[in-house]
Amino acid sequence: MELICPAGTPAALKSAVEAGADAVYCGFADETNARNFPGLNFSREQLREGVALAHRRGAKVLVAINTFPRAGAVDLWHRAVDDAVKAGADALILADVGLMDYTARRHPEQRLHVSVQAAAANVDAIAFYVENFGARRVVLPRVLSVPEIAEITRETACETEVFVFGGLCVMAEGRCSLSSYATGKSPNMQGVCSPPSHVVYQETPQGTTSRLGGFTINRFGRNEPAGYPTLCKGRFSTAQGAGYLFEDPVSLDATTLLAGLREAGVTALKIEGRQRGRAYVDGVVRHFRSVLAALDAGLSTEAPGLTAFTEGQATTQGAYRKTWR
Amino acid sequence: MQLTLGPVLYNWQPERWRDFYFRIADEAPVDRVVVGEVVCSKRAPFFEPYLPEVIERLAAAGKQVLLGSLVLVSLRRERRQTASLAEFGDGLVEVNDLTCLKSIAGRPHAIGPFVNIYNEASAAFHAAKGATRICLPPELPLSSVAAIAGAVPQVAIEVFAFGRVPLAISARCYHARLHKLAKDNCRFVCEQDPDGLVVTTLEDQAFLNMNGVQTLSHACSNLLGDLDRLKQGGVRSLRLSPQACDMVAVSRQFQAVLAGRVEAEAAELCLRELYPDVPFANGFLHGAPGASYVSA
Repeated sequence: MELICPAGTPAALKSAVEAGADAVYCGFADETNARNFPGLNFSREQLREGVALAHRRGAKVLVAINTFPRAGAVDLWHRAVDDAVKAGADALILADVGLMDYTARRHPEQRLHVSVQAAAANVDAIAFYVENFGARRVVLPRVLSVPEIAEITRETACETEVFVFGGLCVMAEGRCSLSSYATGKSPNMQGVCSPPSHVVYQETPQGTTSRLGGFTINRFGRNEPAGYPTLCKGRFSTAQGAGYLFEDPVSLDATTLLAGLREAGVTALKIEGRQRGRAYVDGVVRHFRSVLAALDAGLSTEAPGLTAFTEGQATTQGAYRKTWR
Repeated sequence: MQLTLGPVLYNWQPERWRDFYFRIADEAPVDRVVVGEVVCSKRAPFFEPYLPEVIERLAAAGKQVLLGSLVLVSLRRERRQTASLAEFGDGLVEVNDLTCLKSIAGRPHAIGPFVNIYNEASAAFHAAKGATRICLPPELPLSSVAAIAGAVPQVAIEVFAFGRVPLAISARCYHARLHKLAKDNCRFVCEQDPDGLVVTTLEDQAFLNMNGVQTLSHACSNLLGDLDRLKQGGVRSLRLSPQACDMVAVSRQFQAVLAGRVEAEAAELCLRELYPDVPFANGFLHGAPGASYVSA
């Protein structure tokens, strides 16, 4: 199984490649990619250099152009596709059917991956992307259990890529407007979720209150660390009870499921976190590299050591375990 | 401009569901009605026995009937269910996930608000595959709506104009989770909340509404004050999404404004009485936070 690693910056790309990534994924520093945060991502020049560096080390570069082009401004996304192809990208990760159509026509030789943002969660949906655009790989949405993934890989010739570590979207990706509802900024359109520009922390007698776009997302006691107010991982109330109604502040960690994912026929494992620094990239990539090596050697894959890189020092196996639902 | 009644998103008692549509057929001035379970496949068996008579009654009343497809399809059973929509006689299927395009590609169909059509290129792609109607995703601003409508004049463009806005869909059932149940053994607790369960912040701001695997806005979309802009933007139809309020009366207010019989402000006052205690919102259309209301 290939190890696909996040590269939010050229420095992270270098770290990931040195730590043993088979491929890195990255995007341009604009609204064409779904991690459009200030200070992150690549210029055209940086991408060319990044591709050259990765290729020298035998690693691939996958370019995510995975927001949905703004109506009337699709040229910006077309340019991103053209420039990524020109820079030598090994694959483009796309979500929008119009953009896939453009890419398949204009660059028929270019390898095309279906972004998790396209939410292709079953064999028929995947077949749509394969038949219409020649998609070679699909990044599966985080809504499937391991047996369901195995069924998909059995029934489709398309390669599958799954998330194994990092931030966990609990809503089907590409189909969530929660952030847009609270802040006016959207993962699908602007490439941001719960953007820092809309976050406010306030000290109150009850403790630290975190708000997003004016909505209270959480409140922390005096000695409790105040986590980031990601909307779906906030504390809310209903007539039936209060708490983390959607998901606790946890990270996904599928380390112990790798053998099952390999058996399920998964082609590639993806680590989330383009907004994270070099230490994260280095630590997480090395961890998974060693677990995969152990797996290949038939050794135990019980490898602790990722707690420091998780949210709230807690992890979940998310939808991979059916009971999560 | 026409009116479309979207599918009931909530888990209503089957008889209530049937009677709701009977009354819509008899009394509501809507041009078309989308029926079918689109949120949770586990609920579908409850409504299916009533579906034929509901479709017949609506059709007999002169309404165009569309059959909506499931939003999130992951199980084999759900794929079969989705594929079977292709057998829906002469009626249009409203596609809410690309899964069902396989069985209906090339045939005329509608695209629902859960398919990501954010630009004219995607709209044109789907039009070439047979889409004759597209209800756009609710988060699109008017500038995008107008650009899309202008680029595909052969397609009837619709916007989400009334009702709590569907914001997210998940593999996890939040209703079940709240009641400490697993999704597979959920006991259909979502039926306890026929208008969704209000989710408030820790500071008591009403924020969202929980509906099983779906998360809706707490605020009710209301584009009554934006109708002129929508007309100029080339929008041909408004979607009214069923809430647990008098939807016949709601549709009459919209129709009265469209026909020029009632001013939007007066109709809005009526809507506030018909659906009390729920704030209105139109922020998405104005490129603002979706929860906000931008005055004309």
